[in-house]
Amino acid sequence: MDLTLKVWRQPNGSTKGKMEDYQVSGIDGDMSFLEMMDILNEQLIEKGEDPVAFDHDCREGICGMCSMQINGEPHGPEKATTTCQLHMRKFKNGDTIYIEPFRANGFPVVKDLAVDRSSFDRIIQAGGYISVNTSGNTLDGNAIPVEKKNADMAFNAATCIGCGACVAACPNASAMLFTSAKVSQLALLPQGRVEASKRVQNMVHQMDLEGFGNCSNVGACAEECPKEISLENIARMNREYLSASISSE
Amino acid sequence: MSVLDSKIPSGPIAQKWTKHKNDIKLVNPANKRNIDVIVIGTGLAGSSAAASLAEMGYNVKAFCFQDSPRRAHSIAAQGGINAAKNYQNDGDSVYRLFYDTVKGGDYRSREANVYRLAEVSTNIIDQAVAQGVPFARDYGGQLDNRSFGGVQVSRTFYAKGQTGQQLLLGAYSALSRQISKGKVKMYNRHEMMDIVMVDGKCRGIIAKNLVTGELERHSGHAVVMCSGGYGNVFFLSTNAMGSNCSAAWRAHKKGAFFANPCYTQIHPTCIPVSGEHQSKLTLMSESLRNDGRIWVPKKKEDAEAIRQGKKKPTELSEDERDYYLERRYPSFGNLVPRDVASRAAKERCDAGFGVNKTGQAVFLDFASAIKRYGKTEANIQGIDNPSNEKIQELGKKAVEAKYGNLFEMYEKIVDDNPYETPMMIFPAVHYTMGGIWVDYNLMTTVPGLYALGEANFSDHGANRLGASALMQGLADGYFVIPYTIGDYLAEEIRTGPISVDGPEFERSEKEMDDRINQLINNKGSHSVDFFHKKLGKIMWDECGMSRNADGLKQAMKDIRALREEFWKDVKVPGRRDGFNPELDKALRVADFLELGELMCKDALSREESAGGHFREEYQTEEGEALRRDDEYAFVSAWEYKGDPGEAELHKEELTFENIELKTRSYK
Repeated sequence: MDLTLKVWRQPNGSTKGKMEDYQVSGIDGDMSFLEMMDILNEQLIEKGEDPVAFDHDCREGICGMCSMQINGEPHGPEKATTTCQLHMRKFKNGDTIYIEPFRANGFPVVKDLAVDRSSFDRIIQAGGYISVNTSGNTLDGNAIPVEKKNADMAFNAATCIGCGACVAACPNASAMLFTSAKVSQLALLPQGRVEASKRVQNMVHQMDLEGFGNCSNVGACAEECPKEISLENIARMNREYLSASISSE
Repeated sequence: MSVLDSKIPSGPIAQKWTKHKNDIKLVNPANKRNIDVIVIGTGLAGSSAAASLAEMGYNVKAFCFQDSPRRAHSIAAQGGINAAKNYQNDGDSVYRLFYDTVKGGDYRSREANVYRLAEVSTNIIDQAVAQGVPFARDYGGQLDNRSFGGVQVSRTFYAKGQTGQQLLLGAYSALSRQISKGKVKMYNRHEMMDIVMVDGKCRGIIAKNLVTGELERHSGHAVVMCSGGYGNVFFLSTNAMGSNCSAAWRAHKKGAFFANPCYTQIHPTCIPVSGEHQSKLTLMSESLRNDGRIWVPKKKEDAEAIRQGKKKPTELSEDERDYYLERRYPSFGNLVPRDVASRAAKERCDAGFGVNKTGQAVFLDFASAIKRYGKTEANIQGIDNPSNEKIQELGKKAVEAKYGNLFEMYEKIVDDNPYETPMMIFPAVHYTMGGIWVDYNLMTTVPGLYALGEANFSDHGANRLGASALMQGLADGYFVIPYTIGDYLAEEIRTGPISVDGPEFERSEKEMDDRINQLINNKGSHSVDFFHKKLGKIMWDECGMSRNADGLKQAMKDIRALREEFWKDVKVPGRRDGFNPELDKALRVADFLELGELMCKDALSREESAGGHFREEYQTEEGEALRRDDEYAFVSAWEYKGDPGEAELHKEELTFENIELKTRSYK
């Protein structure tokens, strides 16, 4: 198929960007979206132009490095799918595709479609862990039974890949779904309860410092999340936050 | 005597590690604060090492080329992690895990290292649980296990098909905790360009800031390389796009011996190549072989008809199918080790029985698993004489609970529903057992330089068993290096801060600077991928699933010619300052073009078949691998001599005191 691409080009974070038009042809339905981008870049290199910079690594939908706002949606039109797992059979010959970076104050542009998501790292550093040393001298793994229901919910929250689609989808550029997924995972496990109240306060505080907006219950985050992280996590985080804020030390 | 000293402690194997830990030198807490350690890579080995060393009190600088340490490719490991917990009471033990790993590695690994790995495996599970890693659990709240290829016990712990992700995020959280304390300084989007040697010791690195393009000097009293494997030398592999050999290869050129580079693992269950545009391959977890049955048609006409789309696989009756693994290896069946399963698939496809358009695929069929699970589930629900539809419905649900995410991924890529029609799979490059040579302390032949995880060669011999990579990465990082590094650093307490202004740093930086300028100013006519694809094809054809002397000799010549062409004709767009992924790729491919030649040289010199290394000249009458223990029971460690083709071979003899060398049989 032949396609028209409208791609966001921006040399670096301190220069203004703009949309540019490109044509690609001979695109096969079995190609992934990023393989289509590879073809565009090969073309640009042949012509001596600067290829489009975008982040990607595993191309299996698990590392969370690929991003891109495709036709206005983070990771494009297919539900529960990262850009690298989106295949061109979802598009038609003659389509025009708009490709932009994830846009948020907390995600400054590095170049073209690549953004800096180290704000997410700092939110985790603020408390997204259990304070246990790595000595290996802990309890036997089976000494802490975890109810299957809670273990499964904790797992589901833990499958977040930290891609930032939730932020890009949100009209407030809120990072509540991302933050709440980690808060929930650890709050649901007995090992994580010990630090639960400090954790939620510190992580929410960091989230605010990074310039992410508030949640106004739009729900676009969960709708666009490639790993289908549930909105319930935000509810759980709010509960955790509230009870942590009103309990006396 | 060999120049290689493996430093294996004396005494009975079960006591070696304990004894060694007691004998090893310690660094006191006040001195640790004055010692800097550099960690390259933040996968399972790197994150766990950086976190552990920082906890102990060392000042750690950690580097990753991705935009966050959480992206490292360990994250893509699916199936699970082995540990000798014996929770299933099926006769498992440290000894059995040790035995299975040595046997699975086709008797080409070092006994003492493997025993230590098996010994600390149980701590990994406890550690991960304490960190909040959500392993699969049963209704009693206890940890669940599954079984994996090449073994007869269930010792694999898992978190659905995302075990690597969960373990990596556990290690990443431990790392994040140390970053927040200021004990680890994290450098995202930085790539190691070279190691810097001062007075015969590794004293730091040159790194490239991938955002600004600037070269930076970083000093340390030790450097710990956890930079992963080199599977991307084949262009197409299950590795991430950025996975590369450069850190290891740079270290090799500065004196670190490269061991067994020809031992590469071709994983049997990957999604077949769909066309020329293919940029990478996707693995389907080996755990699928627990329930999936592998087959091709018995008759060539049927295979032909399926290839042309005239027949559907479901139309073939049971006796028209050849379940070739069950036929050839009745005792292990579909659960033979990876190397055996891959070669068997290649053998059938080469013989004309392949089932996709290209003839390079076999079926992985879940129909009988769906039926079996469906019947069990009907029994549980008390349904007498369930209808076929009911069995199918219940069975599909059960299979979905186990492998749902893998089935979904398959459907997304191939656009075929694996609940209704068998999956198509084919072997693909997945893991490299070879790597930088290390002693028992995980130190390379360069003093002060360590290699952990997939980057080293030590534990998997000529073939790695499933669910053992996660085990090794975390064992090295959490439980081995924290002890062994002290033995070296105890001598460094008087060194003081290391300046980056010396001539050695300057020279290394200049070399890298020139290299980058050369690539940018080359203005040739072909892109980096053009050369990478050519290299990949040579490697896959001549140094892939089977190798022979003539092919390997030709491949060495071809790679050398391709390397020359690359430096003359490669075209790297853009500028050197600023974010330029094409330039970074060019630097990596330049190193692959050298490593590839060494891999072929190693494969040529090993005149036997062992694990992932199959030499056509050395096979039994039934086509099984023929190992030659009398002459080849050694590790090939290569010393760089100015050109990959001129590398000098050093042998580390392998002695087996606890396990008898046998022909590996899974029949």
